[in-house]
Amino acid sequence: MQTEEFTPKIIAFMCNWCAYGAADLAGVSRMQYPSNIRPVRVMCSATVSPHHILRAFQSGADGVLVGG
Amino acid sequence: MDHIDGEEGNFEVSVIQHPRYVDMDKCIACGLCAEKCPKKVPDKYDEGLVKRKAIYVQYAQAVPLKYAIDPEQCIYLTKGKCRACEKFCPAGAINFKDTAKKVTVNVGAVIVAPGGETYDPGDNDTFEYKKFPNIVTSIEFERMLSASGPFGGHLIRPSDKVEPKKIAWIQCVGSRDENHCGNGYCSSVCCTYAVKEAMLAKEHCADDLDAAIFYIDIRTNGKDFEQYYNRAKDEFGIRFIKSKVISAPEVKESGKHLISYVGDSGKRINEEFDLVVLSVGLQPKKESVTLAQKVGIDLNKYGYAVTHSFDPVSTSKPGVYVCGAFQAPKDIPSSVIDASAAAGMAANKLSSARWSMTKTKEVPIELDVRSQSPRIGVFVCCCGTNIAGVVDVPAVVEFAKTLPGVVFAEQNMFSCSQDTQDKIAQTIKEQRLNRAVVAACTPKTHESLFQETLTSAGINKYLFEMANIRNQCSWVHKDAPELATRKAKDMVKMAVAKARLLEPLSEPTFAVKHAALVIGGGVTGMEAARDLADQGFHCYLIEKTDTLGGQARHLFHTWQGEDIQQYVGGLIETVSNNENIDIFFNADITAAEGFVGNFKTTIHQDIAPDSPAIILEHGVTIIASGAAEYAPDQYLYGKDSRVVTGLELQQRLVDNDSGLAGLKSAVFIQCVGSRIPERPYCSKLCCTQSITSALELKTRNPEMDVFVLYRDMRPYGLREEIYRKARAAGVVFIRFNFEKELIVETDDAGRLCVTFSDCVLSRRMRINPDLLVLATAIVPEKENPLAQKYKISQSADGFFMEAHVKLRPVDCATDGVFICGLAHAPKPIDESITQAHAAAARAATILAMEKIKGEGIVSHIDPRLCSGCLGCINVCPYGAISFDSEKKVAEINPALCKGCGACAAACPSEAPILMGFTNHQLYAQINSALF
Repeated sequence: MQTEEFTPKIIAFMCNWCAYGAADLAGVSRMQYPSNIRPVRVMCSATVSPHHILRAFQSGADGVLVGG
Repeated sequence: MDHIDGEEGNFEVSVIQHPRYVDMDKCIACGLCAEKCPKKVPDKYDEGLVKRKAIYVQYAQAVPLKYAIDPEQCIYLTKGKCRACEKFCPAGAINFKDTAKKVTVNVGAVIVAPGGETYDPGDNDTFEYKKFPNIVTSIEFERMLSASGPFGGHLIRPSDKVEPKKIAWIQCVGSRDENHCGNGYCSSVCCTYAVKEAMLAKEHCADDLDAAIFYIDIRTNGKDFEQYYNRAKDEFGIRFIKSKVISAPEVKESGKHLISYVGDSGKRINEEFDLVVLSVGLQPKKESVTLAQKVGIDLNKYGYAVTHSFDPVSTSKPGVYVCGAFQAPKDIPSSVIDASAAAGMAANKLSSARWSMTKTKEVPIELDVRSQSPRIGVFVCCCGTNIAGVVDVPAVVEFAKTLPGVVFAEQNMFSCSQDTQDKIAQTIKEQRLNRAVVAACTPKTHESLFQETLTSAGINKYLFEMANIRNQCSWVHKDAPELATRKAKDMVKMAVAKARLLEPLSEPTFAVKHAALVIGGGVTGMEAARDLADQGFHCYLIEKTDTLGGQARHLFHTWQGEDIQQYVGGLIETVSNNENIDIFFNADITAAEGFVGNFKTTIHQDIAPDSPAIILEHGVTIIASGAAEYAPDQYLYGKDSRVVTGLELQQRLVDNDSGLAGLKSAVFIQCVGSRIPERPYCSKLCCTQSITSALELKTRNPEMDVFVLYRDMRPYGLREEIYRKARAAGVVFIRFNFEKELIVETDDAGRLCVTFSDCVLSRRMRINPDLLVLATAIVPEKENPLAQKYKISQSADGFFMEAHVKLRPVDCATDGVFICGLAHAPKPIDESITQAHAAAARAATILAMEKIKGEGIVSHIDPRLCSGCLGCINVCPYGAISFDSEKKVAEINPALCKGCGACAAACPSEAPILMGFTNHQLYAQINSALF
């Protein structure tokens, strides 16, 4: 049986003031990480409701990260 | 600064700007120059623990994020060969012809803020610091703990890169030491930072770390610091050992160091530590002394700027102000408060020049695009090679052209350059674009720049979206160009999907009532009111009693010997005669409503029966409601007239009570009602006040025996001077064991009898004083009604809380409300005055505006969907939502909304919409993130 390596699709909701800034700083510091993540900037992690998380899974995401 | 001429109101200052050799307008901070630069030099920011290049940015978060060449290290500038950076810079930003520029400015006031430095133990090779790698300074240790530091945040010791199991901190290195280094003062900050470092070290170590702090006195007297110290002891198990350590020799080339001390039991104990951290103190820089001489301001014997307790940020030269660690050793919150105060003092003098040099920017009339279908332009940035070196930019452009709504797409070499900005504006007009997407770096630094471009093209600035394909794509996936290109395409697709749904937003403006309400007629409230009145703003000063002056009316002298009564009298007179200040005595606040710029407060004056309520309209609120002295129910207070509080003794000194000089002995007991489980905070001012009073008694009668019973003596900063003076004058300071009972009683002969356990002698002692002074706590009003009226919060201890301890130390979380003085935290008179100046300065930033401009990104509640469940009101951290009981729906005040969107997430029926981040827009982004 052939198995393909599983690469999860991850959607990341990131607070503009902390997690999003941290992700920017990771870039400034040239830290390397896998590319299978798609960032969504929000003004506060409190704005992320269960609806958004469920919508991400419905759309085919394998994982959701809320950074705040 | 090269030279200064002139006087208050009219200084001419010439400044030399040293060459940077990098054009700030062109540098895109890609870092290629540093990568190619062959010259390595020790990195000062990381305390020399790692190396940087000759072309560098000081640290990753530096603002502006632009490179600079170190001319003393650059091979080309020192030897005439190399120019590697110039060759590789994609933006052509290197300019070796850069020269020093002389700039002359004409100013009305000068603020001196050069900061300080830490004591270098290498100067005298304290603890053989230079010889042993495992003896580090606290600043080196800070860098060792930092994720961006030399060891990537892994706590390892420098000699063998092994994780330490035992760490010792040695306090007062370069502080409280007249002989060794000449820094006879306390550096104020080291106790708390050592506690912090020990706690962080514990969190960093997987195994149980043994952390021990060797101290003389623990001086955690800042707001909430005592509670932090208690946590370190009780929850983190950090050991605090009272012992003055004098050496830490290495143990037989093991990399370990031996510390020998006398324990509580009186026995000598030898302990080995893997790492020793020297808690180095603060001192003024040598350059600052030169600077001060040029400016012409007086310095004290340590090199700190001389100031007066009642005018704490003014130097000896009129028009020149000082703030931060050049005034005295101090921490970040105090320095930031100083900074606002110094700015305020300058503003008091310069208020007539306000707005006289500002220019208004001309903007074209905004086009109404609401009825148009989206016409989106996508601009993909190469950022030199920063993006294009990894991501296939032409492929992203071609992909963008296929997306629905996109009518134009192109690539730019540097989207942020001025010529590209002009070109984008031109394209918007030519292509009749009504939305724009820029795929480049991060919106956190560049969104406002591109929004300005839209504004200049007549398009609402909120019709803009960025795709962060540099910081969050090309920079972090540089070894996977294909995957990075795929991600960049998806990010553009997500941005376009959101852009299609963007709507123009307006930024509401609110008029400002140009008056201030100052609550509290003590020194703090009066100083704040006077500042604002001096700047031409009207003030309502509310005092609950029938007199101005507050607690200061009972105070004798400051520790520096300044007469407080004389000062308070003068201040009361100035404030009472100021026509910009309306004073309301015997006044109570019965109701308050409104928001920043537009408050409405109802007061009631208890002066005559049926006094009518008075409604005051004001743009800002300053709370200076103070605190009281704790009235103890112990140590015979109230039962024996020989037992008084610290403030009562001060009053007797003010009254020049002749009975005091005849006393044979006096005892002070410190921390009465402070630092106990019921009231865990330190009241900060009592140690210095007791020392000052004790010294005064000793001066009035040198034969008097004066004892101070203490737990830790905390005369911080330059106050250490008076502590030393008191000891020299013969005041006896005894550290008593707090765990063992301290008893005050009268004996058969009617004498007062104080019995306690001495820590040094480990035995019970007894003194029979003629006067017993209790240094009692500063107590705020718990559940203060002002908290609810102005929507501000109180700490568990009852002090009002600031919006941010370091960044906004006098602002409340509610915009337009400020705090100062004892209502904020216990503090001595000079710090209350500084804080009053700071609060007034912050308030003036609002009062100086004709109108306040709100944010476009705020929430709006659709009343048709709102069921009135109040869920959003409960989650809103800014008190921006109210309930309309007639319509039975929640309403948002856009002036208070900060656009966090918590209401939108909490609402079960999606009634609140966060403009610019609506659910539809987020769903569109999520849907197109499919990959």
